[in-house]
Amino acid sequence: MFSLIGNVFKNLRSKYATRLYPYEVRESFTGSRGKLEIDADVCIYCGICSKRCPANAITVTRKPDKTWTLDSYRCIVCSYCVDACPKKCLHMNAKHRSQE
Amino acid sequence: MINNVENITVDCLLDKVASKLPLGFRFVTMTCVDCGEHFDILYHFDKNYELTNFRLSLKKGEPLPSISGLIFAALVVENEIQDLFGIKVNGLALDYEGRFLLTETAPEKPLCRVPGVMIVEAGKPAAAAEVK
Amino acid sequence: MAKNTIIPFGPQHPVLPEPIQLRLVLDEERVVSAIPVVGYVHRGLEKLAEQKDFLQDTFLIERICGICSFIHSLTYSMGIESMMGLTPPPRAQYLRVIWSELHRMHSHLLAVGLLADAFGFENLFMQLWRTREHIMDAMEATTGARVMLGTCCPGGVRKDIDPELLKFILTTLVTVEKEMDEQMPVLLNDYSVKQRLCGVGILDKQTAYERGAVGPTARASGISMDLRTHGYAAYGELGVEPMVETDGDCYARTKVRVRELYQSMNIVRKAIGQIPAGPINVPFKTKPDGEVVMRAEQPRGEVLYYLKGNGTDMLERLRVRTPTFANIPPVLAMLAGCELADVGVIVISIDPCISCTER
Repeated sequence: MFSLIGNVFKNLRSKYATRLYPYEVRESFTGSRGKLEIDADVCIYCGICSKRCPANAITVTRKPDKTWTLDSYRCIVCSYCVDACPKKCLHMNAKHRSQE
Repeated sequence: MINNVENITVDCLLDKVASKLPLGFRFVTMTCVDCGEHFDILYHFDKNYELTNFRLSLKKGEPLPSISGLIFAALVVENEIQDLFGIKVNGLALDYEGRFLLTETAPEKPLCRVPGVMIVEAGKPAAAAEVK
Repeated sequence: MAKNTIIPFGPQHPVLPEPIQLRLVLDEERVVSAIPVVGYVHRGLEKLAEQKDFLQDTFLIERICGICSFIHSLTYSMGIESMMGLTPPPRAQYLRVIWSELHRMHSHLLAVGLLADAFGFENLFMQLWRTREHIMDAMEATTGARVMLGTCCPGGVRKDIDPELLKFILTTLVTVEKEMDEQMPVLLNDYSVKQRLCGVGILDKQTAYERGAVGPTARASGISMDLRTHGYAAYGELGVEPMVETDGDCYARTKVRVRELYQSMNIVRKAIGQIPAGPINVPFKTKPDGEVVMRAEQPRGEVLYYLKGNGTDMLERLRVRTPTFANIPPVLAMLAGCELADVGVIVISIDPCISCTER
């Protein structure tokens, strides 16, 4: 019946088990999939990323202007577009989107 | 490709299923596929990690006899087939009458191809947010 | 003269993680029978899978369930490889085993934590979920995401694990084992826990086999059934024994899960020791054609995938039969004759994953 008493005293004595967010923020792991970013100068607007996206989050137009748009609310950060891009201009940033 | 498939008809369905049970086979599940003119209903049985299957061809509009009298566990998947494909199943131990998974406002028999419901693929969103 | 009353259990109940309704027919305080009402989380994923091509379906299939998601995509990839005649390289098979077993550990820790919460032991629930966080960190460091890993694909895996990350997994497992050695004796030997779990919800072997129980629910009733012994992925070289108990009550189901946690740790350690070098996926150009039935062992039991392709990008039919779908008839057998206060514990002891059931 008193098997967890040792655990309780240890918890009372030691420091916080949780981080005091937002004063202390955890470093993301490298390779973490947070949000999608594009290097706009290298993009050739071929549209392959838009065809591969499982969630239809990317829109690429060629006429009348060349645009590349991402709907961040649809993106599921699967990084399928990152692997598919022939010019390797897409990459994943490790930090997640914050409220702006 | 599936090994070990035996084609059966509606009349001998209950006898074939009843013959498997005393041999120690366990009922796994049923699968329904819409092949255009008819439905293909597959029954999967398992013993010692080997699957044995029956394939039943059912013409559209014909009812299906239920095996839930012999195998209680089959009623869950037969109710699901009744909802999603619109096949009438006779003799269910517990009949939900088409409301097992779908609500009153849901489309009717959504997985059936003709006449069923075709989902229009959502086009690229018009007012997309900019990349942050 | 007794009158039967019918009361609803769910769909919103503090004990349930997902909505399911059980209409309980009661005679005073005893349950006579129960009628399940499902359909609260039906998303029509089988229909959606026919609208996307078979490579995009890998990401859709992972999202059927949030707890057993890697093994869904593993079974789907194995099915597509069987239709196209591909064999993934050995390193990819070992990586798939490592991620599957890490997923199984996080799922079992979640399940026993929820069971402790179901009978009110919140301290133990929080401690078990804190142990689970170490495993989520290991998954995020190796794949980039905590739950929806996105690494298994037809042909192999998408990401490799380099030797420092393998060492990180091993140090994580050392911490996890130390914490589990403190917590598991409390879960299994505490007096009040045993009062709530022993002798509750008994399922005997014959009923379990006839009603189609799978996974720990079946193994706790004495049926020795574990698909990993069949040897898919790299399990043939690693050797897995099913953990079987004979009592068939909630205590036996919990004990099976605890033993499987220690077994998964040993499998991960063995796999990291034996992993060969080499490529991680094999390229392909063909499209899926024909039909195939593929099975694997999820944390909750046996999952069955039926895939039918017709030579084009889109699959013609994708059917999933998840283990909780098969465990619902045994639960109805367990509930007959139990007390009303035990209904929550019995339902959680089979580890229900309702979003898997209804897709």
